[in-house]
Order: sequence, then C-alpha cells, then structure tokens
Amino acid sequence: MSTLLDISKIDMVFPTPKGDFTALKDVDLKIKKGEFISLIGHSGCGKSTVLNVVAGLYQATSGGVILNGREVSEPGPERAVVFQNHSLLPWLTAYQNVELAVDQVFAKSKSAAEKKDWIEHNLRLVHMEHAMHKRPDEISGGMKQRIGIARALSMQPEVLLMDEPFGALDALTRAHMQDSLMEIQDELNNTVIMITHDVDEAVLLSDRIVMMTNGPAATIGEILNIDLERPRDRLALAKDPKYNEYRSEVLTFLYEKQRKVETISTKRDTKKIAKIEQSTKSATA
Amino acid sequence: MSSLISQFITKKNETVIKAQMPAYLVHFLHAVTLPIVGILVFLLIWSAAANNINTSLGKFPGPVAVSEQIVNLYNEHNESRKKEIAFYERQDKRNAARIAKDPTYNPKTRAFTGKETFVDQIGTSLITVLSGFVLAAIIAIPLGIAIGLSKALNTAINPVIQIFKPVSPLAWLPLVTMVVSALYVSPDPMVAKSFLVSMITVTLCCIWPMVINTSVGVASLDSDWINVSRVLRLPALKHIQKIVIPASIPAIFTGMRMSLGIAWMVLIAAEMLAQNPGLGKFVWDEFQNGSSDSLSRIMTAVIVIGLIGFMLDRTMMQLQRMLSWDKTSEVR
Repeated sequence: MSTLLDISKIDMVFPTPKGDFTALKDVDLKIKKGEFISLIGHSGCGKSTVLNVVAGLYQATSGGVILNGREVSEPGPERAVVFQNHSLLPWLTAYQNVELAVDQVFAKSKSAAEKKDWIEHNLRLVHMEHAMHKRPDEISGGMKQRIGIARALSMQPEVLLMDEPFGALDALTRAHMQDSLMEIQDELNNTVIMITHDVDEAVLLSDRIVMMTNGPAATIGEILNIDLERPRDRLALAKDPKYNEYRSEVLTFLYEKQRKVETISTKRDTKKIAKIEQSTKSATA
Repeated sequence: MSSLISQFITKKNETVIKAQMPAYLVHFLHAVTLPIVGILVFLLIWSAAANNINTSLGKFPGPVAVSEQIVNLYNEHNESRKKEIAFYERQDKRNAARIAKDPTYNPKTRAFTGKETFVDQIGTSLITVLSGFVLAAIIAIPLGIAIGLSKALNTAINPVIQIFKPVSPLAWLPLVTMVVSALYVSPDPMVAKSFLVSMITVTLCCIWPMVINTSVGVASLDSDWINVSRVLRLPALKHIQKIVIPASIPAIFTGMRMSLGIAWMVLIAAEMLAQNPGLGKFVWDEFQNGSSDSLSRIMTAVIVIGLIGFMLDRTMMQLQRMLSWDKTSEVR
C-alpha cells in the first residue's frame, strides 16, 4: 500500500529569550492508509509537538508534512484531533457538539436530514445515543471522551489524531474505551496516530509503535511492528508470549535505553518546554 | 387490604417526615429567621438613634415616620391619578361638544400637567437607568469582544479605559449637560433634555466594567476551544458567534451585574443635578422644600432606592442563571 501521510524530516525549534530551543530533530515517518500508529515516549519528549505539527496547529521549522501528496500548512477537518481533555463546548449538548463539526464539514454535501442521520450514526458508533441531548457537565469523563471521538469521526478524517485520549480516565474506563476504539477501528479502518504513555495500550491497539528518544532534539528512536492478529482480545493476549515480548521491548526502550534521569534540572527543563509550548500556542492562536 | 397498606405507608411517611424535621427546621431558621432578626435589630437601633438626633427640620425620621410617609406618598399618587383621569374626561367632553357644534373643528388635546408623584418618579428613574444601561451594553459588549480578541487593540485602548473608569458621574455631568444642550436642538423634542443628560451620564459611568469583563472573558478563552475552531476551519464571524460569545457569556454577565449596580448609584446623583423627574429629583426637591415631612420623605426614598437596587441585582442574577451555561460559577 502506498504512503498516505509522510512526516518528512521535521525539525522544531522554539525561540526563547535564552536562545533557540530545539524540541524535535529530524523526525521522519511514513504512514500507510489504515495504519494505527502509537507514539510513545517520556513526558516532555515532544510527542505532542509531532502531533500538533501533523494537525497543522504548529508549523515545523524545517521539513514538512505531506498528506495525500499535498503539504499541510494549516489545521483542517481532514486531520481531526481528539484532545486529551475532551475539549467539548460546555454550552452545547453532545448532539450539538457533533453537529457543529458536521455542519461545517458537510455544509454543502449533505442535506439537513442526512446530517441528522450522520450525527446520530456517529454517536451510536461510540455508544452515546442515550446521552445525545445531555451537556458535557451532566456526563462522566469517559462519556465526554466518547463524544470527543464521535465529533472527530464525524468529520470523516483521512487521519485521526489522538493526543493521549484516555490519559485522564481511570483504568477500568480506559480499558472499556480501548475496546470501543478497536471495535470502531474494525469497522472504519481509519488511519490513526495516537499519543500514549501506556505501554499496554500501545501494544494492544497499534500496528506500529513509534518510540521517541528524550528531548531536547528528540527524534524517533525505534519502531516496533506489532504483528498480532485482529480482532485482539485483552484477556487472551495477557498470556500470549508474543504480546509479552512486544511489551517488554517497549519497556526496555523506555526504561533502559532512554532511561530518564529525573534530576531537578531536567524537571525544570520539561517545565520550560511546557512553558515555551504554551507561549507559542497562544502566539499562533 | 389495600387500605391497610396505604395506612401503613402514610404512617411510615409520617415517621420519615418527623425524623427529618430538625434538619428542615435548622434550614428554615437559617434561611428565614436570621434575616428577620437582622432587620428587627436594625429597626431597633435605627429608631433609638433617630430619637436622639435633632435637626432644624425636627427629629430624624424613625421607622414609624417612614412607614407613615409610604402610605402618604401612595395616597398622593392615587389622588393625582384621579385628577388626571378627571382632567382627560373634561377635555374629551369639551372637545366632543365643540365638534358637535362645528364639524370642521380640529380638537386639541393637552397633556395633564400635574406634579409627578413618587410612584411616577420611580418609573422615570427605572426607565432612565435601563436606557442608559442598555445603551452602555450595546457599545461595551462588541467593544469588549474586539479588545479581547486583539492583543494590540487591548494594549492601545486599555490606558484610556483605565483613566475613564474611576471618573465620578458628577464630573461628567456639566460636560454632558452642555453637549446635549448644544447638539440636541429640536422644536418638538422626543424626550426631555434632562432625561438625555441623566441617561448619557449613566452610560458613561457604567460602560467600563462591562468592557473590561467582556474583554477578559474573551481573552481567557480555553485554548482547546480555539483549536477545535481552527481544526474545523470556522470562518472569523462563525468563530465569534459559535465559540467566543457563548464561552464568554459568564464573564459578560458578571460585568453587566456590576454595571447595573453602578448605573443605579450614578443615576440618583445625575437626576439630582440634571433635574430629571426621577428619584434623585424627588430627594433634591424635598431637601429644598424643607417642610417637617421632608426628612421622612427622603428617608423613604433612601429605602425605596435600596430596595429597587436590590431587585435590579436579583433580576440580573436570575437572568444569568437562566442564560449562562456555566451553572457551577458562584452566583451570589
């Protein structure tokens, strides 16, 4: 299969008062249609920066992202994002949150009745049809994230970008959400890039796991192909030697090869990066 | 059998209610009894203090004098209404008679020129304050949104806002009076000059909290929501309509409540000096009048002004509760 998304030699440099700070150096990755990619790495290594560059929310300092032969220069619904904190609009119901996206993306191509069907279809896909007319503050964290996913799916994206989508959820809800996501993935076969901290989540969901080195000047350290048959079942896999082998490979990368020495100074560095990212975010906004 | 069951249920319910009574009672005590106690203590101190204050217009009015004046003022209002109705009846009769005599006669209707009663003055004050407040909101909210969206505009306009914000209405008033007199020249004016002067003074003083609160609300928009809008490629106007305005509704309402409070305070001062026939003018006229009733009438006005201010604030709060999505924000 041909390449759908080409992340081509991305460098990301943030200017700071004390000189330039290189967050990413030479990140290069080709993704095929229908692939599920996980980005894993220690916090502060620039995973989110990669995702934001693909989303078009940041502009890479050098290199670029090519989707379907066209360079990405701004955000757009063909690269829908599921944010970590659901980012639903609190004054709209679940239905209206999805509607805002559908109205924008299918303004001309769908009739009012078709739009309604499409919104309801996507909410059904994430099992949220019963909470369609509830507002975000009336439902649980997992349900909010489901609606965030429904909103992203409703844009019919070519690439679905997920920034630690289940990071803020408790372990049981997270497992539930992972199963739901696999079920949706079986049906739609989307191209997905997901950021995660969770080794089990990465192995369970991905076709490939992209492991990133620690920053500054973070880049791709290793790529692990996950050759497990789908549909995958978490209980059966727990005893599968191949699954455990993959798992230990990721763990080895994270905790031996890229062991993060948490001294006070590096902590300060990660804080600094977060601050810089925040300021560039507001500057671009 | 069924009656037995229902009997049992009612009995059981009774015990449940009895068990909960103390909690209800405590709540009742807190919600109703304490404010009543507070008011009673205040009335006691007031009447005790009033008895010991002697002015050239007699004793300072206590609660009893004020309550008498409330009845008086209301009766005066009713009498004036009766006179007005009688006046129009006479006028209509006269006109009808003249038309009967001479069909080509073009009847003249003259407005009743009786003195405004206390109740009329409350009405005038409310209309003036609300017009000034609405005018301020029409200017302040779009301006606040623009300032909140653009950092450059904020840096440019903020000093001006900060300078005008603390200016007293009394300083504005002479200027407003002169400008209105110069520009509002019409042989058949739609509204009185004094009304315009008071209203514009109110607007000038209550515009600033709304501008500041709206701009802060817009500027502190959640960056995730901005990103959602960018991913959807919402056009600028749709971005403002669908994201910016709903997101800053809570902040806008906070500003509006503050502004309405300021507007009501400013209005009384403005009416006194502009001679707009509202509560401010009532206080001023009674002060100039200097009869033995004057002080108790002014004290009545003070209490009515306070009550109306309180009601305006509560109305605004209810509106906020109804219209704002942010039910978690503290409303008090």
